[in-house]
Amino acid sequence: MPEGGMDRPLPIGVREPRARARRLVAGRGRYTDDISLPRMLHVAFLRSPYAHARIRSIDVAAAAAAPGVEAVFTGRDIAAACNPWQGNHALFPDLDSPPQYPLAIEIARWQGEAVAAVVAETRAQAEDALALIEIDWEELPAVVDPEAALVPGAPKIHPDRPSNLALEFTTAKGDVDDAFARAAHVIEETFVFGRHTGVTLEPRTIIAEFDPTEERLVVHQSHQAPHQQQDLYARLLGIPEHKVRVICPDVGGAFGVKLQFYADEAAVAVIARLLGRPVKFVADRFEAFAADIHARDHRITARLGVDAEGRIVALDVDDLFAIGPYSQYPRASVTEGGHIARLTGAPYRLPAYRARVRMVYQNKGLIGHYRAVGQPIACAVAERLIDGAAAKIGLDPVEIRRRNYLRDEDFPYTSPTGVAFEHLSLNRCLDLLVEKLDLPALRAEQQALRAKGIYRGIGIASFVELTGPGPDYYGQGQVRVSSQDGCIVKLEPSGKVRVVASATDQGQGTDTAIAQVVAAGLGVRTADVHVLLGDSEVCPYGGGAYASRGASIGCEIAFRAARQLKGNVLKVAGALLQMPPDALDIRDGAIVDAEKGVERLTLADIGRVGYFQQYLLPPDLQPELAVVQHYVPRDQAYIAGNGIQASYVELDPETGFVKLLRHAVVHDCGLIINPLLLDEQIRGGVVQGIGGALFEEVVYGSDGQMLSATMADYIVPMSSEMPDIDVWHVEAGIGREKLGAKGVGEAGTAGAMGAVLNAVNDALLPFGARIAQTPCTPQRILRAIREARARGTTQSH
Amino acid sequence: MDEFVDISLTLNGRPVRRRVPVRQHLVDFLRTELGLTGSHVGCEHGVCGACTLRVDGRAARGCLMLAVQADGCSVETIEGLTESGEIADLQEAFVARNALQCGFCTPGVLITAAELLGRGQPMDRAAIRAFMSGNYCRCTGYQAIVDAIEATLRARLERAASTGDGGR
Repeated sequence: MPEGGMDRPLPIGVREPRARARRLVAGRGRYTDDISLPRMLHVAFLRSPYAHARIRSIDVAAAAAAPGVEAVFTGRDIAAACNPWQGNHALFPDLDSPPQYPLAIEIARWQGEAVAAVVAETRAQAEDALALIEIDWEELPAVVDPEAALVPGAPKIHPDRPSNLALEFTTAKGDVDDAFARAAHVIEETFVFGRHTGVTLEPRTIIAEFDPTEERLVVHQSHQAPHQQQDLYARLLGIPEHKVRVICPDVGGAFGVKLQFYADEAAVAVIARLLGRPVKFVADRFEAFAADIHARDHRITARLGVDAEGRIVALDVDDLFAIGPYSQYPRASVTEGGHIARLTGAPYRLPAYRARVRMVYQNKGLIGHYRAVGQPIACAVAERLIDGAAAKIGLDPVEIRRRNYLRDEDFPYTSPTGVAFEHLSLNRCLDLLVEKLDLPALRAEQQALRAKGIYRGIGIASFVELTGPGPDYYGQGQVRVSSQDGCIVKLEPSGKVRVVASATDQGQGTDTAIAQVVAAGLGVRTADVHVLLGDSEVCPYGGGAYASRGASIGCEIAFRAARQLKGNVLKVAGALLQMPPDALDIRDGAIVDAEKGVERLTLADIGRVGYFQQYLLPPDLQPELAVVQHYVPRDQAYIAGNGIQASYVELDPETGFVKLLRHAVVHDCGLIINPLLLDEQIRGGVVQGIGGALFEEVVYGSDGQMLSATMADYIVPMSSEMPDIDVWHVEAGIGREKLGAKGVGEAGTAGAMGAVLNAVNDALLPFGARIAQTPCTPQRILRAIREARARGTTQSH
Repeated sequence: MDEFVDISLTLNGRPVRRRVPVRQHLVDFLRTELGLTGSHVGCEHGVCGACTLRVDGRAARGCLMLAVQADGCSVETIEGLTESGEIADLQEAFVARNALQCGFCTPGVLITAAELLGRGQPMDRAAIRAFMSGNYCRCTGYQAIVDAIEATLRARLERAASTGDGGR
C-alpha cells in the first residue's frame, strides 16, 4: 500500500510536521494576551465569595475613585446593555433554565460568579480597586449535593422554578424489567464520577474593542468557535451581525472550555461598547478554576443483566448529575447526561436498554462541554459492569466482550437510543490489541507477580465515540451552533494556494491537515498551501472546533473544494492546450498529461492567464480560480468512531498509590490524514482521561466553597507519572464518495477512564475490594481495601 | 499604590535599563514592558512552568521572581535562546515529533529541557520525565516531549563523544 493509504492521493497519510509548530517553538506565538491595542484598558472582576448569597447593597464609590480606575460596573449597569440568555435546547423541551446575566444581579449563585467589574489602566490597578468595593452580603443556604438538592423542602436555587430538578428524561427499548427478571446474573454498581475541568494552560482571554463611529465590535478571543461568538455578541448586545468580528489568534489549549459563552466575557464586550475603548480580560488561575466550565459530576446506578453464558440481556442506567445554577449557554449542559444515555453499552448488542437522566441545579460552577462530554462516563460504567459480569461467571474480560460486541452483520445499525452506526470495527480493534499487547503474556506476568506480593491490574475498555455531528442535534435543538463548515480554496497568480476555512485550531494541527488534503485534492505540495483560520469576518461561516469535527468535516470540505478548484484549473489548462480537461491532471504543482505524466503547464501559468491574460481564453470561459464550498453531514446524526484501550497498573496496597506502567489504544478513525498529529491527539486525550480517573477533581466543601482552586490543589497529570502510550490503528468503514476521516480528538479521553478504572479494580481483586468512584485517589483506594478487610472478603493469595 | 525602582539587567545578551513597579513580576515585566511575549503566564504561583526563564544560567520561574530581583542578573528568554541558535536542535526535534500542540507551555518546556541537555549527562526516559515534571503540558500527554528531548540528548552526547567537547 502506498504511503497515502487506500486510494487517497498523497500527501494524505504523510507524517507532516506543522508549520505553526515552528512558530510556537520559537516563542513567536500570538496568543490573545500577547495583543495590546492603543488606549486599551484592563478589567478585573469582583467575584462572589459565597456559593449562594443575596447582594443587599453594593457601594463602588471608593473603587471608582482609586488610582487608574476608569469605570466600575455592577450587574444592573451591564444588564442594561445586554440581553440575558437561557441555556435551553428544544430537543429537551422540559428544560427551562432561568435567564443568566453577565454579572450577578441581586443573587450570586456560585462561588466565583462575577458580581462587579473594575476597569483601569492596568490590571494591577483594577485589582487594587476591587478591594475597595463594599458589598453587604446576605448568605443563603448553599445547595451542593445533588441528592440533597432534590429532597422536598430543599432550598431552591431559583425561587420561581418548581424545584432544583432542571430536567428529567428516560429512554428505553425492550422490556427491561422482564429481561432482568430472566437474567442469570445481575451486576449492579453505584458510581460517583467526580467533577473535573479542562485546565487550559492559557486561561480564557478576551480583548473587545468597539468603534462608536462605525458601530463595530471587534473581539480578539481565545476561543474555538468565532462564528458562534459573532452570532452571540450580535444578538445579545444588539449589534448588526455584519458589524461584529471575532478573531481567534493562537489558542493555548481549549478542550471545550473555550467553546462556551461566559458571563464575564459578555461583560467585557459590553464594557468595551460602553466605554468606546479596547478592554482586555485575562482570567487568572483562580478565576479559571472558579468560572471555567466544569465537567462530569455524575452519580450513576447501573445494572447489567447477563445470561449464563455472559450474553447481555439488559442494561439499566440511572444518572443523577449536577450542572451548577444554570444550564450552560448556548449548547445547554444536558449533553453530558445525554451522551451517557445515548452511549452506555453502545459497543454491545443490547436486547433491552433503559437510561434515566436527572439534571439538577446546585450552587457550584457550571457544567459545559469538556472533551468527550459524557462519553468517558458512558464507557466506564458499561466496561466496569462487563468486567463485573466476567468475574461473576469466570470468563476472561476479552471473551465476554467478544460474545457481546456488535458484529459486522449488525451494520448499518441503529442503537437502542436511535443513533445510527454506519460501521464499527470492535472485534478488529480487540484482536489487534490482544495481539499487539500480547495480553495472555501480560496476564501471566500479572499472576506470577501477584504470588510475590506485587499487585498489578489489567483493564480494557471499548468505546464508541460520536464525532462530527450533523444538524440533527443543535439544529433541531434550536441552538444557533453551526454543524456545517465552509472552505475557500484560492489559486494565487504565482500558482501557490491560499485556504480560508471555518474550522479552527487550538493545537490539534487542523490547519496542517487541511493543507494536506487540499494539497492532495489539488495536486500540489503541502508547503505550497497556506491556511488561515479563526476570523469570523474573513472565513466562511462554520462551526469551528467541537465534537471532533476538524478532520471529519473541516477536512472533508477542504478536500471537496480543492477538487472543485482542480476542475476549474483544468478547464483553463484544457482551453490553453486545446485538450479535454479530463485528459489532464495536476501533479506536484504541474499540469500534466494524465496518461503519460508529461508536464505541459505550471500552476503559475494558469495563475498568470487566469488573473492577467484572460484574452488567451475563449470568450465564454470565465476562469474561477477561487472556490468556496460548504459541507454538513446529512446522512447520519453523528460520524461514529470506535476503539479500545488497555491500562496496565501497579497498586501499592500500603499507600494506595497507583503506578501507570503502560497504556495502549487501538482506534478506528477511518482515513488517516496525518499519523503524526493523529497519534499525539490520541495520547493527549488519554492523559486527560487518566487525569480524570486518578488525579483531577474540583472539590467543593459542603458550603459550596471551592477547595481546589490552585494548580497545587487540583492535580494535573505530570510527565513523571504518565506512562508511554502505544497507539495502533484500524482503518475501516471508509465509503468511496467521501474523504472518510472520522473525528479523533475525543477518543483518548473517551476510553482512558474506563480502562484505568478496570485496571485499578483488577489490581484490587486479591483484596476483595473494588472502587467505583473517580478520581481513584490513594485515600479512596485505601478505604476500599480497608472496607473489604472489614467485610472479610479478602481472597486468599 | 505603585512604587517604582530603577533596574538594569542583561537581557538576551544586551543591557537593559528600566524603571519598574516594585510589585511587578519578572514575567509581566518582560511581556508588557519589553514585548517579549514568548514567556507565558499559566498559573502565577510557580506550579505550571509556562513562565520558565533562564536567570544567571539557571531555569527560574518568571512568576515567582519580581522584576526588581532581576536587577544585575542575566536573563534569557525563549526569544534569546532561539536567536542564539543554542537550542535549534531541540526545537527541530520538537517540531519533527509534534512535541507540542497549543504551544503555550512550550517555551518553558524548552528552557527546562535546555537545562537538562546542558548537564551533558545520559538520562533514561524515567529520569527525563522526572526532570520535566515542573512543566505541565495539557495537550500532548508528554510522550512526544520525552521523545524529542531523549533524541536531542542522545545526538548531543554522540556528537560530544566524537569531538570530546562535553555535550554542549
